Amino acid sequence: MKIYWELFSVFFRMGAITFGGGYAMLPILQREVVDARGWCTNEELTDYYAIGQCTPGIIAVNTATFIGFKLKGVAGALLATYGVVAPSFVIIVIIAALLQNFAEYAVVQNAFAGIRVAVAVLIFNAVCKLYKTSVIDKLTLAVFIAVGLLAYFLDVSPVLFVVAAAAAGIAVRVGKEARK
Amino acid sequence: MIYLQLFWEFFQTGLFAVGGGLATLPFLYDMGERTGWFTAHQVADMLAVSESTPGPIGINMAVYTGYTTAGIWGSLCAIVGIVTPSIIVIVIIAAFLRAFRDNRYVNGAFYGIRPASTGLIAAAGLGVAVGVLLHLDAWEGWDRFWTVLDWKAALLAAAVYLVSVKFKKLHPAFLILIGAVAGAVFRFAGA
Repeated sequence: MKIYWELFSVFFRMGAITFGGGYAMLPILQREVVDARGWCTNEELTDYYAIGQCTPGIIAVNTATFIGFKLKGVAGALLATYGVVAPSFVIIVIIAALLQNFAEYAVVQNAFAGIRVAVAVLIFNAVCKLYKTSVIDKLTLAVFIAVGLLAYFLDVSPVLFVVAAAAAGIAVRVGKEARK
Repeated sequence: MIYLQLFWEFFQTGLFAVGGGLATLPFLYDMGERTGWFTAHQVADMLAVSESTPGPIGINMAVYTGYTTAGIWGSLCAIVGIVTPSIIVIVIIAAFLRAFRDNRYVNGAFYGIRPASTGLIAAAGLGVAVGVLLHLDAWEGWDRFWTVLDWKAALLAAAVYLVSVKFKKLHPAFLILIGAVAGAVFRFAGA
């Protein structure tokens, strides 16, 4: 029984202290899960990250699910996953409740107008970083430009783009192998 | 039934947003437009709150959206919705880890999905940038095209960008703080 509680509490603490999710969580995972508890090796952790990055969902959540599943099957996966998201739930609900009460104040409105400018810069930086790892040849560049423009100018669900890009990727990659 | 709808919307987001945190952004914009639960401005606010608080950004966005839309129960439905696809997909992958990694169909699919996901985020970012930097309703024709640019916002954006490039390790919360202080001092909303 103790291991179940530990799974939940270790991931709960990680959710509470890491800002920004995903990559920010890696050093803490290495310390808490690999070094202190031996729940997995560093190599396994790298694998989980690589897979977490290219599978649906949030990387931190995917990694928690992986480690939980490895230790205690589906129950472990559920405990680790809900452990890592529980602090977000508590913290954000409090902030959202406070913001709703303060949203009327002029100073809050002005501050958020300034914050939106900073957010635009943050997104720009994030796109630059993602661009380096995802756009690796002419074809991926074409996909990036096409999806970026179409998504901006057309009112289409992002789901369609993801499904179409997956199909195009399979057609090109598997087609290339067949020709060899 | 708002709770079921919240669950379903975030379930789809969790299933199709590939690549973590900001990948949820385009889905939130789409969701806001279709349901009217929140505006594009509110999505940017949510992102700011999420980046300045602990926890994965995608999760924070789900909780914030759920709460502002339908209170505590709304945020519970959103959080369960967004993590459920992860749990299902990862448990399946964990069971077939080796076969999954070397599968050429899977590799091919992600070869296409990764740049598409980046493109989607870029489009969402462009939406935010146009919203804060330009006042398209102030358009007076090509001979006076500069009237649409919000100079205050453009200067702040340049300043924040320079700080972020100069201090790469700086936490995003500091950049958001710079934006908040500048916005409050120089009355960015005109309020």
